[in-house]
Amino acid sequence: MGVEGIGARVVRKEDKRFITGKGRYVDDIKMVGMTHAHFIRSPHAHAKVKGIDSSAALKMPGVVAVLTGREIVDDKVGNLICGWAITSKDGSPMKMGAWPAMAPETVRFVGQAVAVVIAESKNLARDAAEAVVVNYEELPAVADVQAAIKSGAPQLHPEAPGNQVYDWVIGDEGATDAAFAKAANVVKLDVTNNRLAPNAMEPRAALADYDAAEEHFTLYTTSQNPHVARLVLSAFYNIAPEHKLRVIAPDVGGGFGSKIFIYPEEMVALWASKKVGRPVKWTGDRTEAFLTDAHGRDHVTHAEMAFDANNKITGLKVKTYANFGAYMSLFSSSVPTYLYATLLSGQYNIPAIHAEVIGVYTNTTPVDAYRGAGRPEASYLIERLMETAARQLKVDPAQLRRSNFITQFPHQTPVIMAYDTGDFNASLDAAMKAIDYAGFPARKAQAKAQGKLRGIGVSCYIEACGIAPSKAVGSLGAGVGLWESAEVRVNPVGTIEILTGSHSHGQGHETTFCQLVAERLGVPISQVSIVHGDTDKVQFGMGTYGSRSAAVGLTAILKAMEKMESKAKKIAAHALEASEADIVIENGEFKVTGTDKAIALPMVALAAYTAHNLPDGMEPGLKESAFYDPTNFTFPAGTYICELEVDPGTGKTSFVNFVAADDFGRLINPMIVEGQVHGGLVQGIGQALLEHAIYDANGQPVTASFMDYAMPRADDVPSFNLSHTTTLCPGNPLGIKGCGEAGAIGASAAVINAITDAIGKNNLEMPATPDRVWRTIHAA
Amino acid sequence: MYQTKYHRASSVDEAVSLFGKSSEAKFLAGGQTLLPVMKQRLASPSDVIDLGKIKELQGVELSGDTLTIKAGTIYYDIMTNADVKKAIPAIAHLTSVLGDPAVRYRGTIGGSIANNDPAADFPAALLALGATVKTNKRSIAAEDFFQGLFSTALEDGEIITAVSFPVPAKAGYEKMRHPASRFALTGVFVAQTKSGEVRVAATGASQSGVMRVPAIEAALKANWSPSAIDSVTISANGLLADIHGTAEYRANLIKVMAQRAVAAAG
Repeated sequence: MGVEGIGARVVRKEDKRFITGKGRYVDDIKMVGMTHAHFIRSPHAHAKVKGIDSSAALKMPGVVAVLTGREIVDDKVGNLICGWAITSKDGSPMKMGAWPAMAPETVRFVGQAVAVVIAESKNLARDAAEAVVVNYEELPAVADVQAAIKSGAPQLHPEAPGNQVYDWVIGDEGATDAAFAKAANVVKLDVTNNRLAPNAMEPRAALADYDAAEEHFTLYTTSQNPHVARLVLSAFYNIAPEHKLRVIAPDVGGGFGSKIFIYPEEMVALWASKKVGRPVKWTGDRTEAFLTDAHGRDHVTHAEMAFDANNKITGLKVKTYANFGAYMSLFSSSVPTYLYATLLSGQYNIPAIHAEVIGVYTNTTPVDAYRGAGRPEASYLIERLMETAARQLKVDPAQLRRSNFITQFPHQTPVIMAYDTGDFNASLDAAMKAIDYAGFPARKAQAKAQGKLRGIGVSCYIEACGIAPSKAVGSLGAGVGLWESAEVRVNPVGTIEILTGSHSHGQGHETTFCQLVAERLGVPISQVSIVHGDTDKVQFGMGTYGSRSAAVGLTAILKAMEKMESKAKKIAAHALEASEADIVIENGEFKVTGTDKAIALPMVALAAYTAHNLPDGMEPGLKESAFYDPTNFTFPAGTYICELEVDPGTGKTSFVNFVAADDFGRLINPMIVEGQVHGGLVQGIGQALLEHAIYDANGQPVTASFMDYAMPRADDVPSFNLSHTTTLCPGNPLGIKGCGEAGAIGASAAVINAITDAIGKNNLEMPATPDRVWRTIHAA
Repeated sequence: MYQTKYHRASSVDEAVSLFGKSSEAKFLAGGQTLLPVMKQRLASPSDVIDLGKIKELQGVELSGDTLTIKAGTIYYDIMTNADVKKAIPAIAHLTSVLGDPAVRYRGTIGGSIANNDPAADFPAALLALGATVKTNKRSIAAEDFFQGLFSTALEDGEIITAVSFPVPAKAGYEKMRHPASRFALTGVFVAQTKSGEVRVAATGASQSGVMRVPAIEAALKANWSPSAIDSVTISANGLLADIHGTAEYRANLIKVMAQRAVAAAG
C-alpha cells in the first residue's frame, strides 16, 4: 500500500545521520569522570603467567588502577560460557576448558588479556601498560587443526584430552555405507575452508558505568543483541541481576556475527567500573580486532559423494575438523554442527548422508559465527563436490545439479532440515539466462585466442535462516529461545513507535520496519520511528544474526500491529457508529467500507488516550506487544554464476560477469536487499580470492593488519547482476525468507568453480591468490 | 602515539635548522609511513618537522630533456601534471597505480624514496630512468641513493628537494599489486634512453630492495620487444617470499611485468 509500503525502494532513513557523521557509536559517548581501559595482552600463543608487576605503572601519571586476571577470578566473575551444548557420538558432553575474562594462569592465544590498565586517558593507559611487566613462561603451541589432533601435540586444556572438544555425528551411517557400496561412481574431495577475520568497520567498544547508590550498571556496547548480552552477563557472569543492568547497543558499525558474542572486554569494563567507582571506556583498535574478535570458518574436510549409473546422488559422507581456537566462544559449538551439517543436502535429493565433525582446540583466536555461520562451509563443500562430480562424470555442471534438484516440497532431508518451499530450477534458469550460459563456450574460445583462460562456475546454495522454532533448537542443545518480540505504540497524536528486539547494525531496520507500518496503515514512514538496542526501552529481544530480523523480528511487529489494529478498529467503529467488521484501514484512515464515513488514525489514537468515548469495558491507550516464535527455519536459496578470466602469466583473476538469482520470498525493500546481497557477495568473493587469517606454526598471527590481511575493495569485485525468483515462505505470514547472508554463503564456490574451470585443474584452495593460482596452473 | 613536538617548516633552511635543534627529529612528508608507524608506537620521534607547506618543494618542471619533480609534490599532482604526461607518461601511470586515492592525495615522491620501502613504486622509476636525487646538500645518482631495505644515501638531517629524470626515448611500468597493501608485489620499470641504453628496475621482488635486472636489460638491448624476454630466466635466489607470493612467483612476475612494461612503452 502506498509508495512507502512493502516492496518499495525507499531510501534509508538512517543514512542521513550516518553519512553526515551524526551517528552515535559507543566511542562517541562520553561520561563525566570517565576513565579509559587498555588491555595488556599476551604476545605468546601459549604461556604460563608467572607474575605481573604493576608497581611502576601504578606510579605513572593518570593511572587509576591496574587489574589482573587473578583479581577478576577472585571476585567470582564467571568464566565465559558456550551457549549450545553438543553431545559427542559416544554420548559424552562436549569437553571445555575454562575461559576467564583475563587469564590468571595460562594464556592460550596471542592477544588474550592478562591485565587491564585504567587511566585518565587512553594514551596514559597505554603508556602505563608498557610499564607493566608480565613474566611469561612460554609453552609449546599449536595453531593448525590437523597438527593439534596428532598425538604429542601441545595440549591446551586438561579438560579436553587430545585437544578434542567433541566428535559429533549426524545422519545414518549404515544407510550411507550401503549407498556407497552400490555406487556406480564415487567423487572425493578434500577442502579447506579458510579462516577469516570479520573486520566490522567499527571496532568493538564498551563503556560501563556503575551507580553505587542504585547498585546499578549501565553498559554501552557494540552488540548485535543487547538483551542476550544482559541475560548472559547476569545469569552466568555474576555482574548484576538483570534489573540492575542496562545494556545499550547504540549505532553499531557492522557486526557480521562478531558482535553477537559477549567478550572479555565488556565484562572487564563492567567489573572495573565498580572497582574504580568511575565509568570505564574501552575502544578496541584494528589490531585488537584482528587478535580478539571471533574469527570465522577454519574447517578441514574430506567428503565423498556416491552416484548411481544415472548420475543421481545416492549418498554423501563428510568428515570435518573444525578449528575452534583456544576457547569455546558463545555459539561456536553450534556452527560446525547444527548450522553446518544440517545443510549438507544442499538443493539436492540425497537419500543418505552421514557427517562427522571433530571440534578442536588450537592456540589461536576463538572461532565463532561469521556471516553465514556453518552454511557457507556446507554450501562451499557441496558445490565444490558437484562441480568435481560434473568434471569426473563428464556432464554439464548445471545439468548435473538440475537432475538432482529437490522439486517436491515440503522435503525432509536426512539431516534434520525440512525444506518448506523453493523452486531451484527457477533460480538456476534465471541465472543461466542472465549470464548467457549457452554462449559460454564461444566466449571461452574467444578469450583463449587472446591468451586468457576463461571459466564459468555455478553455485546453487541453500541456507537456513531465522533459526527456529525455540522448542526445536532447545532440543538440539541451544541455551536460548529464538523467537522475537515487538511492541507498537501509537502516540496520542497518531505517530507510531515500534520497539523491536531486533538490532540494526547496518541492515536498515529503521526503514524496512517502518515500511510494514506504512503498508498496513497507509501512513508515511516519517510518522513512524523504530526503537531498538536498549534493554530499558525494549521489553526483550534475541537480536539480529542469521538473517532473522525480517522473517522473525518483523513478523513479531506484524503480530503486535494486528493486535493494535484490532483495538483501533473497535474504537473507530464505536466513533463511526458502524460495525467493527465493516472497518477498513486506508491511507491513514479507518473507513466504513462502501461509504464515505471515515476517521483518521490520529483521531482514533486521541480517542484511545482521552478515553472519553471508548466502547464499554475497553482499556484506554493504544499500545500492543507480541512475541513471535516461528514454526520452522526459512530456506533462502538461489543460484550464483560467475564468469571470469585468469591471466596465465600472473594467475590473477578478473571478473567478466557475476549473476545472482536469489529466492528470498517476499522483499520489503528491494534496494536494501540488493545492498545486503552486494555486501554478502563481496564477503564471499573476499573469502574466495583474498582473505585469510594466517598463523605460523607457533601460533603467531601473520595477518594482524590490513597491510597483510587482504580485505576486498570495490575494484576487486565486479558489478553484480542481481535478480529474484520468488516462492513465498509458508512459515511466516509475510512470506519472508531472509537475505542477509546469502551472498557470503553462495559466492565463494561460484568463484572457485569458475577459476578451476578456467585453469583446467580441479584442486585449488581458498583464497585463490594470484600466486596460488599461478602455481596451480604450472604445477606438474 | 607517543608525545611528540610538531613543527611546520616554511623553508628547507628552517626545516634543517629545526632538525639540528632536536634530539630525535623526523621529517614529515606525506606521512603515509611515518604516521601509521607512530600510531602503532613503533616510532617515537621527539619532534616532527612537517615539510608539507614548503613552497620550494612543490611542483614539476620540464626543461629540455629533463623532467624535475620537486620532492614535496603529491602523487595526485604528478599523475595529473601535463608535463609529466607528455615527457614520461610511464611516471604518470606509475603514480596512478600507486596506493589508493587517499594515499595519492597525501603521499609524495620525496617521502617515498626517502623511506625506500622495498615494495615502493617510485624507486624502480628512479633506478630505471637513471634519475638524480637533489638534496639540500648535493646531487645523488639513483644507483648510489638506494642502499637496500629502507636505507638510502641520505645523511641525518639531509632533505630531498627534487628528483630529476632524463626524458627517455621509451619507458613503461607494470606492477602486480600486493592484494592487501597495494604496494608492488613486484613492479618493473623499463626504459630506453635517448642514447639507446636500456635500463630495467624491479621493485617488490628482491630481499635487498629495488634492483636492476641485467638479464632483461641485455635481452631488450638486443631486441626491444616483449618476446625478447621470453628466453630470459630469472633466478628466485635472493627474492622475497611471503604469504602473498613465493620467490618463484616473484621471479616469474619480474619477467611478465617486464614484458608488459615493454609492451606499454611501445
